[in-house]
Amino acid sequence: MRDSNKFKIPIGPQHPALKEPESFSVALRGEKILGVDIRLGYNHRGIEKAAEERTYIQSLYIIERICGICSHSHSTCFVQAVEEIAALEVPKRALYIRTLIGELERVHSHLLWLGVAGHEIGFDTLLMYTWRDREVVMDLLALLTGNRVNYGVNTYGGVRRDISPEQAREILKGVDILEERTKYYIEVATQEVTIIQRLSGVGVLSREDALKLDAVGPTARACGVARDIRKDDPYSAYAEVPFSVITDDHCDVYGRTVVRVKELMESYKIIRYVLKNMPEGPIAIKAPRKIPAGEALGRYEAPRGEDVHYVKANGTEKPERVKVRAPTLANLQAVKHMLKDRYLADMPIVIAAIDPCFSCTDRMIAVGYVDSNKAEVINWEALRSYGIEWYRGKGIDFSKLNKEFSRRAIS
Amino acid sequence: MLYTLFYILIFPGFLFVSCFGLLAEFIDRRLYARMQNRMGPPWFQPIADFIKLIAKEEVIPSAANPRMFEAAPLFALASCVCAFLYIPLWRAGSLSPFNGDLIVVLYLLTIPTLAFFIGGWYSTSLFSRIGSVRCLSQLFAYEVPLFMSILSCALLANTWSFSQVIAFYRAHPGLWLVNILGFGVSLVALLGKLEKVPFDIPEAETEIVAGVFTEYSGRRLALLRLTLDIELVVGAALLAAVFLPFGFCCGPLWGFVFFIIKVLLIIGLLSLCRTIFSRLRIDQMINFCWKVLVPVALVQLVINLVIKGVIIR
Repeated sequence: MRDSNKFKIPIGPQHPALKEPESFSVALRGEKILGVDIRLGYNHRGIEKAAEERTYIQSLYIIERICGICSHSHSTCFVQAVEEIAALEVPKRALYIRTLIGELERVHSHLLWLGVAGHEIGFDTLLMYTWRDREVVMDLLALLTGNRVNYGVNTYGGVRRDISPEQAREILKGVDILEERTKYYIEVATQEVTIIQRLSGVGVLSREDALKLDAVGPTARACGVARDIRKDDPYSAYAEVPFSVITDDHCDVYGRTVVRVKELMESYKIIRYVLKNMPEGPIAIKAPRKIPAGEALGRYEAPRGEDVHYVKANGTEKPERVKVRAPTLANLQAVKHMLKDRYLADMPIVIAAIDPCFSCTDRMIAVGYVDSNKAEVINWEALRSYGIEWYRGKGIDFSKLNKEFSRRAIS
Repeated sequence: MLYTLFYILIFPGFLFVSCFGLLAEFIDRRLYARMQNRMGPPWFQPIADFIKLIAKEEVIPSAANPRMFEAAPLFALASCVCAFLYIPLWRAGSLSPFNGDLIVVLYLLTIPTLAFFIGGWYSTSLFSRIGSVRCLSQLFAYEVPLFMSILSCALLANTWSFSQVIAFYRAHPGLWLVNILGFGVSLVALLGKLEKVPFDIPEAETEIVAGVFTEYSGRRLALLRLTLDIELVVGAALLAAVFLPFGFCCGPLWGFVFFIIKVLLIIGLLSLCRTIFSRLRIDQMINFCWKVLVPVALVQLVINLVIKGVIIR
């Protein structure tokens, strides 16, 4: 505050632009951004630890709840890793169904993103339109799995629900509607003057920087990096499905928008192909309760980018270690780079352009000491005494109340 | 004396313009919603919002300058209502017409923006301060084209008073069509004045929460929102009187109906603009105003000068 032109404003943890709590502390001079401090950890739920405390079947449902948007991505990624350890041969029909649900999920995620992007640049009409059309695909997912977001369709060794010919017809009908609407959105996004003004040249990330900062998903593909796990390391049925990886060389938010809307068209192609060529056969094989010792890495192209799950099994019915690296974490470093020397007005759309999912990505906090350069993880006892001291400093003392509670708990 | 009080407080003064403002907000929101494929609020929603806000607790930030913080909304509201008194509604002249009332109305319509700036600045919140600075920089961008386009209209009539502008265009029917460029310019500039998309930069929700209004709550927020509604009506009525100068000579009833139709038409156009654009950045907005709107307004000025010099004389 000493320099009167310079000041810091807090975007988050609570802010209308953010759908989840996360802290961006922005240093400004006038309207120009000088630097951004990103702080994670407002949304940490300890899911990895929770999954390690439960059996494989239970933790599958916990893993699915990492994210409300790409729930199928996380569960498929986890299931793939476990199946690799257990050497399960998943039936082909199950793989096709997983691919189908995965693509429907991508469609709903990208449509959601388009609406959010519209909202961030003050174009609420686009938000209302895309979210209305998104209902079509949400209804399809509900028809197939019984749920709009957490589908619960995966299980070890296959899927839990088959697809009937009537459902397939419904999907094709829905996809026809969506395809027509998407063509309209491609037109809007690439021709509307104010959208282009707000998006092009904003949040530039060069190809070199994208590679250096390890961007994933549409963020990387919009920088001309053809990085797509569906092609690079095919899983489910993607090795047999013809589709092209959409890239764009605008390197900015506009490019990311173009990549996403064009990917929608690819998704429709994949959905049609999968429905047409779905093999007959069983949808699951029986998986053992206890997974043999071993470790594996699951990779999955979630709508936001590469999702990685590491699972270590020790021969019991509980995983020994589960590690999740959601795509947002990979892209978050790029955001800091993209925001440099931009305007405050670009901040919401640049953050939104990586399609962040903060609760997927949230980490535990390590407390760093400024003077000794040492970082440590704060344990429960230390956190508790810190909290007590903090409140005491404010003149509030809970120690009597605590004693009262512990006395009651004993009696 | 009693009549004057009635004029100022009830019709067409404070009470009428407040009700019409709330109605205008409803129509604006409803149109906006229908164009976005939504239901939109019921007709009493603005009134319900107003009553709810009036009943709410009012919080004044401890760091704020309470006097300025509290006075700003009142100034804004008073100047808006005041401006409405000088705009002709159903006859060719307001309640107390005088030569130069057009300038006074434009001047009075600038005060709310300044009051927003002061209120935002003295509430000391960072978001409000950024909002208030944006408010003021936006003012410098849209005010010039707005003045130029409205005054070029009056220039043709060779007067600064509403009644004579209207009398002039009645004497030369069809000549108002010449001002169509200026009408477009002032519609766009009015969007800036009313802080509506694409120029809602001072209260850009996703960037600076609610801008100037971030720290306002309760009664004063209600007054601020009422001010914006009244500003919408006053702005639309101003454009209607200057650019659509017809329907003033057919008696109070039809004149009033014409007035309502014209104002609603302009509000409809504003809602349409709000629907089809996204918010611009402040630098883009200023560039647009100075590089596009001002030249167009200048063209309008030149056209009017030529017509005045060549055709009318």
